[in-house]
Amino acid sequence: MFEIGLGHYLTLGAVIFTIGVVGIFLNRKNIIVILMSIELILLSVNINLVSFSIFINDLSGQIFTLFILTVAAAEAAIGLAIIVVYYRNAGTIRVEEIDKLKG
Amino acid sequence: MIAHAIFFYIFSFIAVISAIMVTVSKNTVHSVFFLILDFISISCLFIMIGAEFLGMIMLIVYVGAVAVLFLFVVMMLNVAHQKNTFFKSTHGSRHIPIGLLVSLIIFFELVIVVGGWKYKPDLINSISLKISEVSNTHSIGYVLYTDYIHLFQLSGMILLVAMIGAIILTYRKREGLKRQSYFSQISREKSDGVNLVDVEKNKGVKIDV
Repeated sequence: MFEIGLGHYLTLGAVIFTIGVVGIFLNRKNIIVILMSIELILLSVNINLVSFSIFINDLSGQIFTLFILTVAAAEAAIGLAIIVVYYRNAGTIRVEEIDKLKG
Repeated sequence: MIAHAIFFYIFSFIAVISAIMVTVSKNTVHSVFFLILDFISISCLFIMIGAEFLGMIMLIVYVGAVAVLFLFVVMMLNVAHQKNTFFKSTHGSRHIPIGLLVSLIIFFELVIVVGGWKYKPDLINSISLKISEVSNTHSIGYVLYTDYIHLFQLSGMILLVAMIGAIILTYRKREGLKRQSYFSQISREKSDGVNLVDVEKNKGVKIDV
């Protein structure tokens, strides 16, 4: 209970990962919340990598966390740019109303 | 050790609660604020566990740049008034229980994997990069700029491409806006701009603009 090991951090990462997946599945709002859920998923991956890196005493995990951070920032910028363009064209970013590909 | 455990439980509790609030809160602006709270508590965990550099970088990159970008877009698109219809759908769809079921299965699979997981016994001895006596930032610098220099530069290229892509996507030409055109300025010649006329007496010069 009071001995915080690797399993605690991995469980925390699993919980946050699941919350992010739930946020993608059950979203009825706008797409921005889906992007935030993707950020949560990447955050849980970062938790796993950092805790492994600390407990195995190997620095590679922290280096890869840095790269994941970079890719997450780039992905957020591109995704938000796409959302802005879509809002300008269609006037809405509600998930239910974006159904043009359904035919 | 007790203090470590107490702080771990506090920060992870805040992180989980705010992650839940990101997905279920009614207002999108509140979701962004809870995302910021989540990032802050996770970076506190990182600093506590001994990865100070990554914790600080998380604060700077996520809270300082990404979350503020989210907030900026939410404010700009004026979607904050779109209330959440999380549990009541307009046309009764059945995807909510199925989604919850699938997520629960994912969670329990992850917990089973974590619970049944063990170190390979010689894993500790087979590592290449030891965390040495120098500080965390020092050792990351030693590794990042030597062994991973190509990946580091590649991540810089990823950021450059993302920046150019975002600018190109959101750039638009507006009608009725006077802009400076360097090409037409430079390619202007003397024959286009200057016209020499002989002025006749008592007639003057007709200037057509």
